[in-house]
Amino acid sequence: MLELENVWKSYRVGALGSKRLTAVRDVSFAIAPGEVLSVVGESGSGKTTIGKMVLQLISVTNGSIRLNGEDITAARHSRRKAYYRRVQGVFQDPFSSYNPIFKADRVLETVRESFFPESKRSEWDGKVERTLLSVGLDPGAVLRKYPHQLSGGQLQRMLIARALLLDIEVLVADEIISMLDASTRIDVLNLLGGLKQRGLGVLFITHDLSLANYISERVIIMRHGAVVEMGATGKVFGDPRHPYSRNLLASVPQLHRKWSDAPTELEALEPDGDRDIAPPPLREVDEDHWAAIGP
Amino acid sequence: MTAGITPDAEVIGERGEHLYFALRNPKVVIGLTVVTALLLLGVFGPFFVSADPNEYIGPKSTAPSGEYWLGTTYFGQDVFAQFVHGLRSSYVVGGLGGGIAFVIGLSVGFTAGYRGGIVDELLNMLTNVVLVLPALAVLIVISSYLEVRGVIAQGIIIGLFSWPWVARAVRAQSLTLRNRDYVDLARLTGKRAPQIILKEIMPNMASYLLMTVILLFGGAILFAAMLDFIGLGPTDAVSLGTMMQQSMAWSSLHLGLWWWFVPPGMAITAIVGSLYITNVGLDEVFNPKLREM
Ligand SMILES: Nc1ncnc2c1ncn2[C@@H]1O[C@H](COP(=O)(O)OP(=O)(O)OP(=O)(O)O)[C@@H](O)[C@H]1O
Ligand SMILES: [Mg+2]
Repeated sequence: MLELENVWKSYRVGALGSKRLTAVRDVSFAIAPGEVLSVVGESGSGKTTIGKMVLQLISVTNGSIRLNGEDITAARHSRRKAYYRRVQGVFQDPFSSYNPIFKADRVLETVRESFFPESKRSEWDGKVERTLLSVGLDPGAVLRKYPHQLSGGQLQRMLIARALLLDIEVLVADEIISMLDASTRIDVLNLLGGLKQRGLGVLFITHDLSLANYISERVIIMRHGAVVEMGATGKVFGDPRHPYSRNLLASVPQLHRKWSDAPTELEALEPDGDRDIAPPPLREVDEDHWAAIGP
Repeated sequence: MTAGITPDAEVIGERGEHLYFALRNPKVVIGLTVVTALLLLGVFGPFFVSADPNEYIGPKSTAPSGEYWLGTTYFGQDVFAQFVHGLRSSYVVGGLGGGIAFVIGLSVGFTAGYRGGIVDELLNMLTNVVLVLPALAVLIVISSYLEVRGVIAQGIIIGLFSWPWVARAVRAQSLTLRNRDYVDLARLTGKRAPQIILKEIMPNMASYLLMTVILLFGGAILFAAMLDFIGLGPTDAVSLGTMMQQSMAWSSLHLGLWWWFVPPGMAITAIVGSLYITNVGLDEVFNPKLREM
């Protein structure tokens, strides 16, 4: 459904854009309907950049992104707007996602303004109510409130509801639960799980491996802007082939282990080299399991 | 990650509250009253006096009386007539100069701050160039080059030179605001940049913009008075500054014609002073921390 093919992203930095910083290198993957695809990796590995490119908030330097075969890179405004009917996003910080001087439900109202200007008020209100209920929110408790009067979990759910008001096919969820407490987290996560039953594809960006493991069918591990390993979640996490993946899995804190216990041995990794050359190619090591390692 | 959330959150739901506190803040009330009173005098006064304030209508150098409220000049012109016409000119210059500076400053600031990148760097360069230009020197050159100078021309020239600090401040604020996720979310809703600036970013700066308008207005009036006083004022109209300049040129101070220069001097001081007082008052309204308990 949504495909990325050899996508690169370089940011211009420095005075008059004199330098470049390559944040995403030669990334290719696809999300199928009803699938949650997790993107994990250390801070600065380019996860958010990928999400923003999929949402067309930033341009793609090289390569293409396709939705149902249609190339959407460098689309003009009208086509982009049509694209947003089908692809939407939710971001990390619920408080920054709402304009603090307006009521929170304005994010729902602007969707009507932009996409359904003709819809009748009563019909629209009914739709809003049903959608809020479907994400586990009580309309009476969240409508006509200011963002600071709602909890982070409620705000994030309302953003998911906002996306669902459109008939989306893909949802980009960039660390949407990292600012929530543990019990709210699992609720919102289960909500995402429910979305895939509706046939949505979810690009789930996180640095929490256990969340990725919990929710996703497939997983991508990134480092220095490139994919080092990807494939079915069970295979990647059960039998990690790339040393970075193994390190990542070894560093997940476990509930029953203490800091004072023997420290985990980490493998030596290649340092960050020239980011403008193509990263090591992925090799299929198993069915639906690729890793950037030599044969 | 949570940094930057709280300052905005304070603003919430305070719009009605702002008006409430503004109308109860003595600085705002006094300031606005003085500015409005003089404005009304400038707007309606000229209809009740001679259309030509430079007309020689009476005895020379008479003190204020029932007939000539503010006396007459050395040449026998009615000072009150000049005064109300002068008020009008000052407000026109203030409105025009302040308005132009506001529009340019906002356009440049928002474009630079929102677009970022190379556009930002070029606009920033332009802003800095205009900022360091010795505005007074340039204005003197331009003003002396223009044969016939009107109030309108003066307002436009002042406006063209007083926008840079507005642009800088607006740029700095929109640079931070555009990185808020709600801006991205508005883009995901299919909104275009001007709409986003107008509906998402500007409302967050409303208090600041209001105060900017006031300062620009007062600044333009003061600047115009200064130009007038050094003899670069309008050649075809009377302004408060030209009144002072004329009275000084004909040594009214030595001749004891205080009624010639005191009213325009007081009016300029009152207008500009009241605008600044209003501004301080508004600052207290918008920053609850400054509110007197
Ligand atoms: N607008 C920008 N201009 C320049 N460089 C940027 C910009 N945005 C991101 N970068 C750089 O791109 C790289 C990847 O950033 P990105 O935000 O995609 O990382 P991330 O994987 O999402 O990290 P995190 O887990 O901390 O969110 C980083 O080195 C970052 O400094
Ligand atoms: Mg990120």
